[in-house]
Amino acid sequence: MNESLHQSVFSQFKGEQGELISILLRVQEHVGYISQESVKSISQFLKISENQIYGVASFFSKFRFDEPGKTAIKVCMGTACHVHGGSLLADTVGWDLGIHYGQATPDKRFDFQRVNCLGSCTLAPVIQINDKILGRVLVTELKETMKHREDF
Amino acid sequence: MREWTALQSGTLPVIYIGTATCGIAAGALEVSESIRKTLEKHRIEAHIVHVGCIGPCYLEPLVDIALPGSPRISYANVTQEQAVRIIENTFLRDDASLEFAVAHFGSNGDTATLALPRFFELPMLKSQVRLVLRNCGFIDPENIDHYIANGGYTAIARALEIGPQSVIDEVRDAGIRGRGGAGFPTSRKWQLCREAPGVEKYIICNCSEGDPGAFMNRSLIESDPHCVLEGLLIAGYAIGATHGYVYINADYKLAIARLKTGIAQMTDYGLLGDDVLASGFRFDITIKEGGGAFVCGEETALIASMEGRRGMPRSRPPFPAISGLQQKPTIINNVETLGTLPNILRNGSAWYKQFGVQGNYGTKTFSLTGKVRRPGLIEVPLGMKLREIIYGIGGGPWKAFKAVQTGGPSGGCLSEEYLDIPVEYEAMANAGSIMGSGGMIVLDEDTCVVDLALYFLRFTQAESCGKCAPCRVGTWHMVTLLENMSKGQSSAEDISRLQVLGETVKRASLCGLGQTAPNPTLTTLRHFRNEYLQHAKEAYCSAAICKELVTYDIDHQLCNGCQLCKNVCPTNAISGVRAEAHTIDLDRCIKCRACFEICRYHPLAGNAVLYESKRRTVS
Repeated sequence: MNESLHQSVFSQFKGEQGELISILLRVQEHVGYISQESVKSISQFLKISENQIYGVASFFSKFRFDEPGKTAIKVCMGTACHVHGGSLLADTVGWDLGIHYGQATPDKRFDFQRVNCLGSCTLAPVIQINDKILGRVLVTELKETMKHREDF
Repeated sequence: MREWTALQSGTLPVIYIGTATCGIAAGALEVSESIRKTLEKHRIEAHIVHVGCIGPCYLEPLVDIALPGSPRISYANVTQEQAVRIIENTFLRDDASLEFAVAHFGSNGDTATLALPRFFELPMLKSQVRLVLRNCGFIDPENIDHYIANGGYTAIARALEIGPQSVIDEVRDAGIRGRGGAGFPTSRKWQLCREAPGVEKYIICNCSEGDPGAFMNRSLIESDPHCVLEGLLIAGYAIGATHGYVYINADYKLAIARLKTGIAQMTDYGLLGDDVLASGFRFDITIKEGGGAFVCGEETALIASMEGRRGMPRSRPPFPAISGLQQKPTIINNVETLGTLPNILRNGSAWYKQFGVQGNYGTKTFSLTGKVRRPGLIEVPLGMKLREIIYGIGGGPWKAFKAVQTGGPSGGCLSEEYLDIPVEYEAMANAGSIMGSGGMIVLDEDTCVVDLALYFLRFTQAESCGKCAPCRVGTWHMVTLLENMSKGQSSAEDISRLQVLGETVKRASLCGLGQTAPNPTLTTLRHFRNEYLQHAKEAYCSAAICKELVTYDIDHQLCNGCQLCKNVCPTNAISGVRAEAHTIDLDRCIKCRACFEICRYHPLAGNAVLYESKRRTVS
């Protein structure tokens, strides 16, 4: 999360305000989240106020402002997953990790998010652990999977 | 072209693997890897082609094998082990492993010899008409030559020949309406933009697919990116634009990668740049990633987000066709609208008009999901009955049908009596729903409509940009009313409150999001008022979904004391000794349903755990 990293991201852009969302996306890809430091650098690069950047970044659900956990667990909350009982899965993950969705565990090992749609509606209900998608998940199966979470 | 012919009639076998998001999620990449290794091990030469989504996503991973001189045979739900077996049997033992096959792509004669149905005669595909999706599942989406060999980029060539005004006329004659859901005639918008003063104009492809539970646009781009890009080129030419943008959700990683590949190939082939196909037409395409906000599907909000501002809509007029991106005339078209254009230009408007019905010409893609036997990506001619889509194509739900939700969070819920209405813009609107961008979710008796209405409202409330009060405050109050109802803490008066509030939000909101947000609630109130009354008056949820209204119990007659539920319970709410009936302590139960599942699905368990909602009188 140093200055050179930001510069390497910025070098792909021209410095127009229209690029703000793309820059934020790239920064989040590299750093994992939008830190205060990143906002400061972006503000200097695009010559717009930090407030404006926070305004835009907080508008979109994609951006986060705290450090994510290492293993990302995403529970799909799309309509198809919802009617197949997706919220029960979300409750199970939250209960198992002892955190609310949108949070990371205090040791930053696990990260629990609810997402709007993973695009695999025919496998509903689905959850995503890192890049792997699990489909047609049962609560009991998920509990079993969560027992081995240290190996993810 | 040569490459395609070589692939189709060559001497090498071809193995097609569906690797759109649906396939990858089901494990297509692992299957592909095992196939590659098996081929290598036995020194078999064959082409492996990663194609897109062919439609019946429930059959993924789909692997098709075409031996030279034989029809292409499709294998469904292939596991890694099965893949190895199929490959070894097919290539080493001359046995096509038909026990794993579902269909073939050959002629009618092959049906008898192979004892397999033709792929397009499978019940799911028989009544579909694939125009936009014609290439999906057949060509390699990352190879422009495959697209060109299938008539690709001849449409833009024709467009350049006949001139922009004739393109607009052709599109007007074809009568295509915006496939984003509103159904505004595409050509009228174009005409307005074409006639608007200004040298610089923009065309934007709207792939901000925010509807949770819809994946048509994503699948189309992943499976055939060039048809969308060609459509963008045609639309840009027609309105006189020099820049095209694809506004796409940043989460659609695969789609973005395939678009980028596609754009690079187009540039190489002289289809983009200062002189498209030596016609003097200048055009380039940029991909703009969005941050994933539902409201950014609205035109003015989309533009705001592209300009690096909060994605908030503004009041119209001026319409974007007059003053849009950077205050320049801008046209925003849906992915599917653009994907249809090459077909219209290539075959003419008269050809296109044979599909669909008067006023609603052409086809529409839907992502058919929810409680149906055969979910997937489908394309049907407009005017088809809902019943035919749900029962004919989707195979109907496993349990009793309750409703179908079209148009996602902006659409409505239609009950059984509406199943015979045709899928047309007007007919759907008259029934209280909308055509929408193409999400179609089937619900069965195990779905609670109050819970569903609450689900959609929570979504729209969270996605509301907050600019206008009716949407910001109104949806929040509606959520509160529904939440109380789902907890059994409301009265019958709350139902009329909800109705009035919904009507107000609908009428007073600034943009499409607010104006349609109450739709799921209002339509369910109209068609399923009884369920709302049950929730309000008796705290009874007939589907046993609303968590607060459900209690768990163990049937002592059936319980064999296997202790599986006791072990799985996270809160130690279940007690009992082995081989004796167990009991649940309701104060400790968090209703996670683990005990129910294990009791129902485990062979040793006695199917004794029940959950149900009990009627009681709410004071």
